[in-house]
Amino acid sequence: MTVGVNVSRFEGIAMAPPDPILGVSEAFRADTNEKKLNLGVGAYRTEELQPYVLKVVKKAENLMLERGENKEYLPIEGLAAFNKATAELLLGADNPVMKEGRIATVQGLSGTGSLRLASALIERYFPGAKVLISSPTWGNHKNIFNDARVPWSEYRYYDPKTVGLDFEGMVADIKAAPEGSFILLHGCAHNPTGIDPTPEQWEKIADVIQEKNHIPFFDVAYQGFASGSLDQDAASVRLFAARGMEILVAQSYSKNLGLYAERIGAINVVCSSADAAARVKSQLKRLARPMYSNPPVHGARIVANVVGDPALFGEWKAEMELMAGRIKNVRQKLYDSLMAKDKSGKDWSFILKQIGMFSFTGLNKAQSENMTNKWHVYMTKDGRISLAGLSLAKCEYLADAIIDSYHNVS
Amino acid sequence: MESQGSCSVFDHVVRAPEDPILGVTVAYNKDQSPIKLNLGVGAYRTEEGKPLVLNVVRQAEQTLVNDKSRVKEYLPIVGLAEFNKQSAKLIFGSDSPAIQENRVTTVQCLSGTGSLRVGGEFLAWHYLERTIYIPVPTWGNHPKVFTLAGLSVKTYRYYDPATRGLDFQGMLEDLNSAPAGAIVLLHACAHNPTGVDPTLEQWEQIRQLIRLKGLLPFFDSAYQGFASGSLDSDAQSVRIFVADGGECLVAQSYAKNMGLYGERVGALSIVCKNADVAGRVESQLKLVIRPMYSNPPIHGASIVAMILRDRDMYNEWTIELKGMADRIISMRHQLFEALLARGTPGDWSHIIKQIGMFTFTGLNSEQVAFMTREYHIYMTSDGRISMAGLSSTTVPHLADAIHAAVTRVA
Repeated sequence: MTVGVNVSRFEGIAMAPPDPILGVSEAFRADTNEKKLNLGVGAYRTEELQPYVLKVVKKAENLMLERGENKEYLPIEGLAAFNKATAELLLGADNPVMKEGRIATVQGLSGTGSLRLASALIERYFPGAKVLISSPTWGNHKNIFNDARVPWSEYRYYDPKTVGLDFEGMVADIKAAPEGSFILLHGCAHNPTGIDPTPEQWEKIADVIQEKNHIPFFDVAYQGFASGSLDQDAASVRLFAARGMEILVAQSYSKNLGLYAERIGAINVVCSSADAAARVKSQLKRLARPMYSNPPVHGARIVANVVGDPALFGEWKAEMELMAGRIKNVRQKLYDSLMAKDKSGKDWSFILKQIGMFSFTGLNKAQSENMTNKWHVYMTKDGRISLAGLSLAKCEYLADAIIDSYHNVS
Repeated sequence: MESQGSCSVFDHVVRAPEDPILGVTVAYNKDQSPIKLNLGVGAYRTEEGKPLVLNVVRQAEQTLVNDKSRVKEYLPIVGLAEFNKQSAKLIFGSDSPAIQENRVTTVQCLSGTGSLRVGGEFLAWHYLERTIYIPVPTWGNHPKVFTLAGLSVKTYRYYDPATRGLDFQGMLEDLNSAPAGAIVLLHACAHNPTGVDPTLEQWEQIRQLIRLKGLLPFFDSAYQGFASGSLDSDAQSVRIFVADGGECLVAQSYAKNMGLYGERVGALSIVCKNADVAGRVESQLKLVIRPMYSNPPIHGASIVAMILRDRDMYNEWTIELKGMADRIISMRHQLFEALLARGTPGDWSHIIKQIGMFTFTGLNSEQVAFMTREYHIYMTSDGRISMAGLSSTTVPHLADAIHAAVTRVA
């Protein structure tokens, strides 16, 4: 076998399809039409449709630079000040779980990385256990479980008839799952539907999870971003913790602190004892070390600085309310435009009932494609639009596009 | 609210031991002795024993933070394009035909560890021969990274304790008996932990054997510029393989040579037979990355891209890098002289022959434990010491410790 006449070792490798979510932005960039609208990826935009770096983040970065901090390796579990702050944000600093030291917190690579670490823990210590994910859910969830070799199945969630929650289906499917399954729940602002259970429904979900000895597994990517209130958006997780349940929680600061590219998040495991938490934490470290050794310091320091300084923390809360507020305003304007323009009598109020960055429009694949091909509105094929990418000025145009796609395309 | 008593779903999760390398720093931090010395993890220290942030890095960071147009939007899955382009040039040479022919794919990853893991997972999913051969000894994290990536790990002879040099015959024999197509991990320079590198003539023989047997080389390049002080010299091993037109993988880290440890900056390059294959390989790398952490962190990569692209900053970097490499070489000579002066039994010339950040002292684990107990010297139990952690003032203390260990402990 001589060099030069060899075929490539990788000749048999096929071209992978583009990522369905991130691929949307790539297609948007390639479009030259001036009316184009990017409602694909969930990154917040201002009314001028510009990316937004929070003022508190800039202040924190300036502080960090002034202090001249070093760039030494973090411990495998990440920045201690960040881990403490993130757990307290999630559960509340005075939560008994915190006081009893029974939470294991490990800094992770935003939501994705934290979910992956949790999945690796499940694969190793709960072999054969299934994760139940909502139908639909964020497109990357199944990829994470597949690559981590964790089996998964779906529970009913979205009801296309009501464009709302199929609560009975959800409870029935969770009940039917083998005992000791992991149930993946969106803490707030469900992605992609924007449909969240009510507090009463959360209680019932907790009931059936306890009944079947399942383990709740929360994905918390929008705390503070959904309602504008950090505490309100953590209510579901805190409800489960208050019942003394053991819980996995993946957190992300991509949206609520606008730290998308810094990759900052955490995996938390609430355990029934401090001893269990210590053991779990040590095993999470053992899974992180062969993945990336230790996590990146920059984003963690930003979060720790913002949360740790009362003035900055207050400013953050105000900026978060502004972001959440803009999205609520845009929802209202879109709803008003749809109701004004659509003469069919269709009830578009689900747009107002949904919460968070995304709205599930109810459009199917063909209709979503029409949105793009005819109207240059970029969105994912499941009918999800990112309201964070919508301005008040474009609501009427979007309403026209939705009405056309809904009524004229099947 | 009370926890559920002692019953936990994590009862079967045992406590993991501390990571053998990073755990050294944990133990060091606990020690109260004023004469303690941390020669564990390979992080550079100044003559004053302090971590170092390069001037050129501070400069780049200041520019980034001051730039009001900068945003924190998600990077593409493959990372920062400019960073990838510059990283490929750095390791392969700016005139590399492989780059000019577009047959290299380079993706930003989380430092060296992340690059190795992504490369390993890619090979486990797509390459026909799922065995990787690693040298004995090697960095403690290598076998774990590749095992968790899904590869089967085998070894080839490398270090000869009798000569404290390379067991070249053993290495060639073991590579010769590897199955066709097997992956071979090679340290590009400054082998960790031994500091023993093949000569250029030996590299050429290794290259010929690897190509003859159709083995797939996977380079770990964590010390480019640190071994000899010259970035180009330290890349020669990689470049002779690329020059023959064959394929290989290269994991690059900027942790040491740019002092960016905690920022987790690195790159994985795969040199393919042709541009078409490289394109398909890159698309599949994205499918490995997306379920692991979605996209890489921006901060460190931005610093590197700026420095590599700007001629003045690049030159300044090479000067600071040479300064670090020279200080380490100076420590080697000082330690060697100090042992000679004490009449310490044995041949210690390997201290000045070995290359890079580490010295493989040849001390056994009992001797190491003795040095920790009696002299508060912290190092890994395989006898590896980080020269970067030494200074002129601490060399005498280390020499005393080694002398005592060699004369008092078998």
